[in-house]
Amino acid sequence: MGNPHLCPPNFDRQNIMAETFTFELVSPERLLVSEEVEQVVIPGTDGEMTVLADHAPTMTSIRPGIITIVKPGGDQDRYVVFGGFADVLPNGCRLLAETATHVSEVNREDIARRIEQARSEAESARDEETRSRAEEFLGQLTTLEGAIIPA
Amino acid sequence: MPSLKDLRNRIASVKSTQKITKAMQMVAAAKLRRAQDAVEAARPYAERMDEVLANLSGSISGSDAPPLMAGTGRDDVHLLVVCTAERGLCGGFNSQIARRAREHTRRLLKDGKQVKILCIGKKGYDILRRDFERSIIDRIDLREIKQIGFADASSIARRIIGLFEEGEFDVCTLFYSQFKSVISQVPTAQQIIPADVEKSDEQADSAEVKYEYEPDAASILADLIPRNIAVQIFRALLENAAGEMGARMTAMDNATRNAGEMIDKLSISYNRQRQAQITKELIEIISGAEAL
Repeated sequence: MGNPHLCPPNFDRQNIMAETFTFELVSPERLLVSEEVEQVVIPGTDGEMTVLADHAPTMTSIRPGIITIVKPGGDQDRYVVFGGFADVLPNGCRLLAETATHVSEVNREDIARRIEQARSEAESARDEETRSRAEEFLGQLTTLEGAIIPA
Repeated sequence: MPSLKDLRNRIASVKSTQKITKAMQMVAAAKLRRAQDAVEAARPYAERMDEVLANLSGSISGSDAPPLMAGTGRDDVHLLVVCTAERGLCGGFNSQIARRAREHTRRLLKDGKQVKILCIGKKGYDILRRDFERSIIDRIDLREIKQIGFADASSIARRIIGLFEEGEFDVCTLFYSQFKSVISQVPTAQQIIPADVEKSDEQADSAEVKYEYEPDAASILADLIPRNIAVQIFRALLENAAGEMGARMTAMDNATRNAGEMIDKLSISYNRQRQAQITKELIEIISGAEAL
């Protein structure tokens, strides 16, 4: 199947035999998803990452964003996560999220509250490093807000 | 000898006490189930976190390790985080944890270490205040919170990490009660800073998978360790909540039974006395009639 990292631009899911792998989405409070999937898109800190079966073992931290799960048959499911990290193995993928919510259950107030918190953190940062980190986080949150709430 | 009226009052009061303990037992049983479910639900995350950490720490050499994991290199100042319940009437639950913490503190003080105590929960504070008033730096109140969420644990963790970064302590130990079963809760001390990560069998692991890290192993670890502390605290709080309910249920079950026994005893002496009084009255009437 070639390099599993590469997802060709003319990626056509009809022509590829759908191999599946186990995907688990876990938050500290419960196990949200544990099922066979075809493909998962993870918002990694260094950029979006599509995980297919037989992916090279990778560990990445994730930024606030949306994960998209493609189930066998092409059904999609989307969850909003606020930070965490993913552990990818050839036969499975585990995503440990700080908080994870199904897209349909996300509400505007919650995100607004988080943005507010991040903003105050950025303002009260003691040194340059924490400030830049807080500002980065704030930026990611704002992007996320724009992405899930249609203007 | 108490009069009939006194006995009647005693019985009535013990009965109403029994009603209360019975109700508390049932409430605890219902809450216990919910608390147990929460513990179960939190388990996968903690387990996976442990695996990942074990994996990562194998690939990071000692000097690269973040301070939260490596420690400060000293162990002069100890922070004890003592988690107890907010309420009493749950048997020896709170005092067991407090006793464990007290023994630990005494040992540390004898070795000439400095001890700071952070109390989570009112009961532990009340007990420890008697002996170590000056060591207690603060207490965290969770009384308002019905169902402990990860956010609560994470804010406590942030606070502890903040103290660590300010150089307030070198070693942090968490005290809580492990929930074994409804009738058995084991008070436990667990070191959280420096993180006590179990190294996995490195040979086996590195032969198995070679991870790619994004961004890189060190920064993932630096991100993960604080999160792990929050997870540990979260687990401690959940186990405590379940343990508290279990202990209360057992304690209230005993109390209900004791009240039942007491009511039986009181009823017997009440009946005896009533009988004696009737007999006495009869004798009076009969002997009165004979005298005529």
